[in-house]
Amino acid sequence: MAKNYRKYKNKLPESIMDEIKEKTEGMSDTRVNKVLKEAFNEYRKMRVNSGESVGLVGAESIGEPGTQMTLNTFHFAGVAEMNITVGLPRIIEILDARKTIKTPMMEIFLKKPWSTGKNIKQLALSIKESRLKDILVDITVSIVDSKIELKLDDEKMKEIGIINSKVVSALKKQFKKASIKKKDDIIMIKHKGKEDSMEDVYKIKEKIKDVYIQGIKGITQVLPVKRNNEFIIISAGSNLKKILKLKEVDGTRTTTNDIYETAGVLGVEAARQVIINEVNKVIEAQGLNVDMRHVMLVADTMCFSGEVNGITRYGIVSEKASVLARASFETPIKHIINASLAGEVDQLNSVVENVMLNQPVPVGTGLPGLITKVK
Amino acid sequence: MAKKKNKSNVKNHVLIPKHEKLSEKEKKTMLEKYNVSLKELPKITKEDPAIESLNVKEGDIIKITRKSETAGKAVFYRGVISE
Repeated sequence: MAKNYRKYKNKLPESIMDEIKEKTEGMSDTRVNKVLKEAFNEYRKMRVNSGESVGLVGAESIGEPGTQMTLNTFHFAGVAEMNITVGLPRIIEILDARKTIKTPMMEIFLKKPWSTGKNIKQLALSIKESRLKDILVDITVSIVDSKIELKLDDEKMKEIGIINSKVVSALKKQFKKASIKKKDDIIMIKHKGKEDSMEDVYKIKEKIKDVYIQGIKGITQVLPVKRNNEFIIISAGSNLKKILKLKEVDGTRTTTNDIYETAGVLGVEAARQVIINEVNKVIEAQGLNVDMRHVMLVADTMCFSGEVNGITRYGIVSEKASVLARASFETPIKHIINASLAGEVDQLNSVVENVMLNQPVPVGTGLPGLITKVK
Repeated sequence: MAKKKNKSNVKNHVLIPKHEKLSEKEKKTMLEKYNVSLKELPKITKEDPAIESLNVKEGDIIKITRKSETAGKAVFYRGVISE
């Protein structure tokens, strides 16, 4: 029995083998053999023919449903005031491999005691980037002695788990020249500059509002949600590197939708997976149906060079060997001038340049010429 | 300590498939099997976080065993380049 399976182990993909194993359980050897043989024949028939222009088929298969997607950039997610880019704009963003995406988001998974919901709200808020203006009730400038007085919101401070003295030390760090005193719940700041011109004081007042208190930079909003019996935190804004370092976070499952960030922290292979996941997410959300293999091909192409390249004239198109192929995409004159200055030679190995020169293209039945010498 | 912890975290991440370095012998049989040269393979940079601990040099081949939704398991190869 096991011998039968072993014979086909390298011939059939694992998922098909597993299915056959499951369904043929208890069958006789000869029958199993027959099933395997039949499955292998079917599998061979279904494979893409060599020379098939898979990229073109993929482009059509993703492009056509793309015409039916919403053009709306923003979509209200419902639960909290969190927007996410969906539809065509998101697809374009992913495939162009934009460095800064419109709505970076993270899914932060947590370790055991926190994933059951323990102190989840507090934890979420402590991750969120807080600035002084978030916990401020009142800020006044006394003109007489150019002092700035801060009054803080106790309730909000309790919510994000921060105490007065921490705020003071954060202020001290930022303004080394100023004297900072605490009196009851009011913090007084006196700037020791050369001049105490009012203009300066007001400038400092604006600076004080922006003082960083706690949290992780880049995380602008947090939302704890329950998913599959465990609590996770969804955040707007992304900072994978810092989040992974937190002790409460399950670093093996936490992900971001920022492809560049993933490539930097987790490598190209992870970036490839994120491209596939994100494109599939959009397609599914729109109720469309595109075969995964097309998306996988796109992701493979984008990650071919070891880093993420968008499908743009700066990305994968710029890596094409042929001048004419590059010129046929965008900005033809620039490419042709540069190529002639550098004395480039076009080997005419690919499709577009052969179309331009009215020659058979090396695709499908035009391909064998490359393998057998044509007389 | 914190740094070390972070490293192992990154390696076990769900998004990162298994990366292995091929030995010289495996490298040769692999290139012969698929009839390709090292230059034609997809690439991975030497500094890639996923292969940090493998101690690779330029010209090595990394075997990547991906979990694939369509095939169950898919093997992929990348040649190491320096940036």
